[in-house]
Amino acid sequence: MSDKKPKKRRDFLFTATTAVGAVGAAAVVWPMVDQMNPDASVKALASTEVDVSSVKPGNTITVLWRGKPVFIRRRTQEEIDEARSVKMEELIHPEKDEDRAKNPEWLVMLGVCTHLGCVPLNDKGDYNGWFCPCHGSHYDTSGRIRKGPAPWNMEVPKYEFVNANTIKIG
Amino acid sequence: MSDHDYRPKSKVGQWFNDRLPLLTLANHLTDYPTPKNLNYWWTFGGILTFCLITQIITGLTLAMHYIAHADMAFESVEHIMRDVNYGWLIRYIHANGASMFFLAVYIHIFRSLFYGSYKAPREIIWIIGIVIYLLMMAAAFMGYVLPWGQMSFWGATVITNLFSAIPLVGEGIVTWLWGGYSVDNPTLTRFFTLHYLIPFLIAGLVILHIWALHVPGNNNPVGIDIKKPSKDTVPFHPYIVIKDGFALLMFMIVFAFFVFYTPNILGHADNYIEANPMVTPAHIVPEWYLLPFYAILRSVPDKLLGVIAMLSAILILAALPWLDTSKIRSAVFRPLYKQFYWILVADVLILGYMGAMPAEGLYLLIARVATAYYFLHFLVILPVLGFKERTLPVPLSITEPILGGSPNLAAAKHRESKIK
Repeated sequence: MSDKKPKKRRDFLFTATTAVGAVGAAAVVWPMVDQMNPDASVKALASTEVDVSSVKPGNTITVLWRGKPVFIRRRTQEEIDEARSVKMEELIHPEKDEDRAKNPEWLVMLGVCTHLGCVPLNDKGDYNGWFCPCHGSHYDTSGRIRKGPAPWNMEVPKYEFVNANTIKIG
Repeated sequence: MSDHDYRPKSKVGQWFNDRLPLLTLANHLTDYPTPKNLNYWWTFGGILTFCLITQIITGLTLAMHYIAHADMAFESVEHIMRDVNYGWLIRYIHANGASMFFLAVYIHIFRSLFYGSYKAPREIIWIIGIVIYLLMMAAAFMGYVLPWGQMSFWGATVITNLFSAIPLVGEGIVTWLWGGYSVDNPTLTRFFTLHYLIPFLIAGLVILHIWALHVPGNNNPVGIDIKKPSKDTVPFHPYIVIKDGFALLMFMIVFAFFVFYTPNILGHADNYIEANPMVTPAHIVPEWYLLPFYAILRSVPDKLLGVIAMLSAILILAALPWLDTSKIRSAVFRPLYKQFYWILVADVLILGYMGAMPAEGLYLLIARVATAYYFLHFLVILPVLGFKERTLPVPLSITEPILGGSPNLAAAKHRESKIK
C-alpha cells in the first residue's frame, strides 16, 4: 500500500457517508437525552400562589414550589436593620438586602442550601438567620451566605404580590 | 495454553464443540493453572461473584413487588416487609448484600494493593476492576434511593447536587438528572431503571475482568511470574473450587449473621420515615462504604474543589499501575512499602470514621490530614519508593523456598534485572 494516495472520489464518498451518519446518529441521540429534562407536566406547575395574611412578624412559613421548599419570612425591624447594615466587603456573595427583599418586611427565597441542596433551619446559626445542618453553612437575616461551604446566597425566586395578602411565586 | 488441543470425548460433544466451542471454554476453566500458594485473600473473587448473583436474584424478586412511584414506593417497601411471603428475608438479603458486596470488594482491592496485583501485565484487569467498583457505587447509591425514605431522598439530593459544582452547565445537568426542579418522581423512576441495568453491566465487565485475568494468570503471594502449567501450579478444579467454596461458606456465616440478627445495623433509622422535601434530617450520612470519600469531600472548604478531590480519590486508583514504580509486586519483599501499606489502610479507616462524624473542630482537622496523606501516598510515596526502597531477594519459583535452599541472591538479582 502506498502512503500517498491522491484524494479520490471514493475518499469523498467515505467522508460524506461518515458525516451524514454522524448527523443522523446525533439526531437520534438528542431525543433520548432530552427526554430526561423536565417534562410538560412538571413545567406546568411553574407557579404557586400563597396566602400570607396569617404570618406574624418574626415568623417564617415554608411552602412547596416546584418540589422545593420556599421560605417566606416576615422580618422584624431589627432583622431588616441587621441585614441592611452589613458592609458588602464582608459578604462571600455580595448582594444588597434591598435587591433581595424589595418589600423589606418580606423575604422570599428558596429554602435550599446552595452547597448540596439541604433545607436550612430557621433562626439558627451565627448570623440569626439560617443554618444548614448538613455541612454547616450559616446564612444571615437576608439569607446570604456568611460562613461555611455554600458558595452563594439562597436564591430569590421570581415572585410578586398579587394583592396585600397573596404572593405569587414563579 | 493446552486447552486449544481439547477435544470432547463423546461424538455429540465433538459435534457441538466444533460448532460452538463452549466445552473448550469449560475445559479451560476447570484446568486453568493457578499458583499453588494462593492464600485465602485470593478467595474474594469467587465471593464477589456470589455477591453479584445474590444481588441480581434478590433484586429481580424485589422488583416483582416494588412500585417505582414517589407516592407508592415507600408503602410498597413496607408491603414487601410485612405482606409478601418472605419479603422481609429477600429485602434484608438485598440490603445487607450490598454491604457484604462492598466488604468483599474492599478486601479484594486491598489484596491487590498488598501483593501488587495491579502491576504489569495486569493493568487492564485492574482498570476494569475500578470501573466495576465505580458502577457498584452508582448501583448502591441509586438502590438506596428506591425505598423513598428520608435518607433516600436527601442522599439523592446531596449526591446529585455534586454536579452543580461544575461551572456554567452544572445547574442544567442537575435539572436534567432530576427531570424536574427537585428530586421527585421522574428521578425515582430513572434511578430504578438504572439500578436495574447496572448489575448486568457489571456482570459483563466481570466476564472481561476474568478473561483479562486468564491471559497472564493469577498473581500470587510471592508476586513472581511462574511457568504455567508447572510444579508451581494446580488446576483450578478441584483445588481452587474447594478452597473458594470453603471461604464462601465462612463469608456466608457473616452474611447470615447480619441478615438474621442485626439486619438494620448498617442502615439508618431515618430511612424508615417517608421522604419529605420540606425537612432535612439532622445528620445526613452516606452508607458506610462511601464514608471515606464523603470525608474527603467535606474536608475541602470549596465546593468545586471538594467534588474534584473526592472524584480524584477514586480515579487516582486507575493510575496506580504507573504511580507505583517498583518492579517488585509483593509487599512481602518490600519492607518499606509494607509499612506504608498499613498506614494507608489505617488512613482510609480514619477517613471512614471521620466521614460519619460531624465536619467540625478536631474531626475536620483529622479528616484534612488524612485526606492530604491519602493523596501523598499515591502521588509522592509510591513513585519515590520504587526508586529508593531496598527490596528483599525474590525467590525464583514458588517451590524453591519450600524445597529447601535459601533464595539464591545472585539468581534473584539476575531475575530482577530481567524484569526491569
